[in-house]
Amino acid sequence: MTTHIPIPTRTRIPTRMRRTIAALAAAAMVLAACGGDDDTADDDTISDDTISDDTISDGDTVDLAGRTVTLLTYDSFPVIDTSMNEALDAFTAETGITIELLSGGDTGAMVSKAVLTSGNPEGDVMWGIDNTFLSRALAADVFEPYDSPAAAAIPSELTDLVPDHEATPVDFGDVCINYDIAWFDERDLAPPTTFDDLLGDDYADLLVVQNPATSSPGLAFLLATIATYGDDGWADYWSALRANGVEVVEGWSEAYYERFTWAGGGPKPLVVSYGSSPPAEVIFADPPRDDAPTGVIEATCFRQVEFAGVLRGTGEPEAARALVDFLVSERFQAELPLNVFVYPANADVDLPAEFVEHALVPDDPLTVEPGRIEEHRSAWIDEWTDIVLG
Amino acid sequence: MLLALAAVPVVFLLVFYAWPFATLLERAISTDAITTTLSRRRTWSVAWFTLWQATASTALTLLVGFLPAYVIARYRFAGRRLLVGLLTSVFVLPTVVVGAALLAVLPESLERGVWAILAAHVIFNLAVVVRVVGVTWEHLPTDLEAAAATLGASPWQVVRTITLPLLRPALTAAGSIVFLFTFTSFGVIRILGTAGTATIEVEIWRRATQLGDIGDAAVLTVLQLVVLAAVLGWATTSQRRHGRALAIRPVAARARPRTTRQRVLVGTTALATAAVVMLPLGALVMRSFRGSDGFSSAAWRNLGRAEVRPGIRLGVDPLDALVRSLQTAAWATLFAVVIGALAALAIAATGRTGRLLDAGVMLPIGTSAVTIGFGMLITFDTAPFDWRASWWLVPVGHALVAVPFVVRTTLTVLRSVEPRLLEAAATLGAAPTRAWRAVVLPNLWRPLTVAAGLATAISLGEFGATSFLSRSGAETMPIAIERLLGRTGTLLQAQGFALASILAAATIVAVLAVELAGRSGDTPTFGPGAGAGDRTDRRDRARDR
Repeated sequence: MTTHIPIPTRTRIPTRMRRTIAALAAAAMVLAACGGDDDTADDDTISDDTISDDTISDGDTVDLAGRTVTLLTYDSFPVIDTSMNEALDAFTAETGITIELLSGGDTGAMVSKAVLTSGNPEGDVMWGIDNTFLSRALAADVFEPYDSPAAAAIPSELTDLVPDHEATPVDFGDVCINYDIAWFDERDLAPPTTFDDLLGDDYADLLVVQNPATSSPGLAFLLATIATYGDDGWADYWSALRANGVEVVEGWSEAYYERFTWAGGGPKPLVVSYGSSPPAEVIFADPPRDDAPTGVIEATCFRQVEFAGVLRGTGEPEAARALVDFLVSERFQAELPLNVFVYPANADVDLPAEFVEHALVPDDPLTVEPGRIEEHRSAWIDEWTDIVLG
Repeated sequence: MLLALAAVPVVFLLVFYAWPFATLLERAISTDAITTTLSRRRTWSVAWFTLWQATASTALTLLVGFLPAYVIARYRFAGRRLLVGLLTSVFVLPTVVVGAALLAVLPESLERGVWAILAAHVIFNLAVVVRVVGVTWEHLPTDLEAAAATLGASPWQVVRTITLPLLRPALTAAGSIVFLFTFTSFGVIRILGTAGTATIEVEIWRRATQLGDIGDAAVLTVLQLVVLAAVLGWATTSQRRHGRALAIRPVAARARPRTTRQRVLVGTTALATAAVVMLPLGALVMRSFRGSDGFSSAAWRNLGRAEVRPGIRLGVDPLDALVRSLQTAAWATLFAVVIGALAALAIAATGRTGRLLDAGVMLPIGTSAVTIGFGMLITFDTAPFDWRASWWLVPVGHALVAVPFVVRTTLTVLRSVEPRLLEAAATLGAAPTRAWRAVVLPNLWRPLTVAAGLATAISLGEFGATSFLSRSGAETMPIAIERLLGRTGTLLQAQGFALASILAAATIVAVLAVELAGRSGDTPTFGPGAGAGDRTDRRDRARDR
C-alpha cells in the first residue's frame, strides 16, 4: 500500500503508525511545513533513540519512499564503505529515501558554488559549511530555515550561532598547536602553554603554521590570535612571532607531513593542526600504539563548528528535512568521531574511548563571531600577509 | 564538407567553454571589480611572477627535453616504450603527489622556492616535449641530414641548419603547450612555492573559493587569458609560418645505435631521462612503505576496503576509484580525439577562419579551472540544459583540457603532408575524398594514437577541473589520493602514496596499451615512402635477432 498523502495540509496520521521512524520524521516535517511555531509541541516525541533501534517503515504512512535527496558535501566526506555510509544506508532502508552524495570540492569551493546557485541549488541539503564561511552563505540566502526537532539535543552555544535556524550545527572541532611529545621530552623542555610562550627564546624557530590566505587551519589560527589579542594587539603579536622564527607554508599537509618533526621527519616540533590529531595518530598508527605521540596546547585552540542545512529552492523539501533530522540524530552523529575526527554536535552521543583518552576538548575555546569573520577576513589576511610575508 | 567538419568542435567549444565562461563573466564582472583588481599591487606582482616563471620553465623544458626527444624518436633500444610510458606517467600524476615525492628527494636547501618550482615544471612537462617534438622528428626525412653530413657538415652544423629549422614548428607547438601548463600552474606552486607565492591561477582560486570574491576572480581570469592569448597568438602564427611540407615518412626507420658514439649518446640520454623521472616515482613507492618506525607494508596489506582498526575503514576503494578513473578516461579520450581530429582537419584545410578555431581550442587550458567549473554550474542549471552533476560533465571537462594536445600533435603532421601527393592522386583520377583517404588518412593514425595516449593520461591524472566540477558517487583516483593525504595518521599517508603508485602504474600500462594498439594498426596502410621505411624496420628487427 503506497498511497502518497499530500503534504501541505495538516494530515491526520494514525497513531499506531507513529512508532515508525518514517512517521515520526514525516510528522515533524509536516508540522514544520505548516509554518508557525507549533512544531515545538512535537519535540519531546522525537527522541533520537527511536531512530537507531526502530523497525523498518510500514510504507503506508506519509510516504517519502522513492524520493531522492542529494547531499552536497566537501571532498573529505567519505563516499563509500565507512560506518558513516552504512548509517546513511540505514536511513534509506528506514525511510525509502535514497541519498545521493555530491562532492563539491573543498569547503571554500563548495560554499562559493552554493552562493552562486542560491535559489536553484545543485543539491537538497548541504553538509559541512563551517563558522568561518557561514555568514557568506547566510548573506546570500543559501539556506531555507528549518528548525529541526532533533536539534534539541544540541547545546545552545552551538545553536546560538544560527538563531534564525538557517542551518543546524552538526559537529565541531578545534584548530590548535600540536607538539611532538618525544621531541620536548628528549630536551627536557616543557612544551609552551600560551601564545606568549611562543615568543620566548626557548621556542624560537620551532613553530610551523599555514598561510591563512590559502588554508583553513591557517585562517583558524590567525583568528585564534585575533580572539586572544584583539583588534589592537594581534598585528604586534605576529610581528614578534615572525621575529622569533615562525615558518609559514601553504597548506596543512605540507606543514604536518613535511615540516613537523613527528609526522614528517621535519625540523619543527610545533605545528598548527587539529585538536583531534592525537587520537588520529593513535588510531591510524603503524605500527599500532596505545599512547598519543603528540599533544595539544589548549590555550591556542580555535573552535570550528560545521553546519548542515536545507538548500533554498530544493525540489524535495520534506525529504531534505528528514535527512537533516537524521544527520543530527544519535545514529549518524555517533559515526562522526572515528570517520571524520570531529566531535558530534549532538550532546547525547557517547564518545569513543580513543577520543575520551587522547583528544582534548578545551573548556573555553577561542572563537570569533561568524559575521565579524566574514566582514574582516579579507582585510585581516591582507594585513597578516604584509606583516608575516612582506 | 569542411563546414561539417568544423561544426562539431566549434559547437563543442561554444557550448562547453564559451557559454559557461561568458555566463560567469556576465554575472560576476563589474567596473568595481575591474578597478579594484587592476589597482591592487599584488595583481601585478603575481602576473609578473607567472609570466617569468612560465617563460623560464618552458625554455628549460625544451632544452632538457631536446636530446631525449631525439633519442626516443630516432633510435630503437631496449626499454624505449617503457621510458615513454614513465615520462607520460609523471606528466599525469596528480601534482600533489609528485610535489610531495619531490620534497622527499630534493635537498633541504632547494626544497621550496623558485628552483624547486622550475625543477618540478621541467620534470612534469618533459613528456610533452619528448612526445610532440618526437612525433615530428620521427617523420623528418633522414636523407637531408645524411646529405649534409656527406657534404662535410659537422653534427652540430647538421642540427643547426637542417634539423632545428625543420623541427621549429614542433618545438613551438611543444613550447606553447608547456608554456600554457606552467603559466596556469597550480598544484606545484602551492606545494613547492614559499608561502605567498602565487600564479594568477592560484590567485583566482584563492579569490573565488577562500574569499568568495567571484568578481575579482573573473577579472583575473580575463587578465590571464589576455596575456596567454598574446603569447600563443605569436606562437601559432609562427608555427603556421614555418610549417612546411616535407616528404614525410610516417614512422621513419628507427635504427639501433651503431657507432660507439651513438651508443653512448643513446645510453646516457636514456638512463639520465629515466633517472629524472624515476626519482619522484621511486620516492612515491618508498613513501607508501613508510611507517612511523621505518619500513612497513601495512598500507599495501590493508589496501582500501580492509578494516584498519576494528570498525574503522578508510572509505576508499582503490579498485573502484581506478575503474571510475579508467571509465572517465575512456570517455574523455573518445571526446577529445574525435573533436580534436575534426578540429585539426578543419584548421589545416581552411585559411584564416581556421586560425580562429586553432586559437579557440587552446583557450580552455588557458582559462582557470575554477572559472570554467563555476561557469558550468550557473549555465547548465535550467531545463533542458540542467546538466549539473551529469556523469559526462567530468569527461567533457577533461576533454576540454586534452583537445589542444590532439590538435597540436595532429596538426603538425597534417601540415607537413606533401600537397603534391594530393595533386598527383587527383591527376590520376581520384575523387577528392578518395585522394584524401589514400594520402592523408594513413598519416593521421600515428599522431592520433599518440594524442589518444596523452588524452587518456591527462584524464587519469586530472585534478584541477575535476575538483571544481561537482561529482556524484564514487571518486576518481586523484581525488581519493588527495583525500587520504589531507588527513592525520601515518597509515592514511602511506595509503595515499600506495594509491598514487597504483595510479602511476595504471597510467604507464594505459599509455603502453594505446601505443601498442596504434602500432598494430599502422603497418598495412602507409602512404608513399612508408613501405621502404617499414621494410627497413623489419629487416633491422630480423637482424637484431
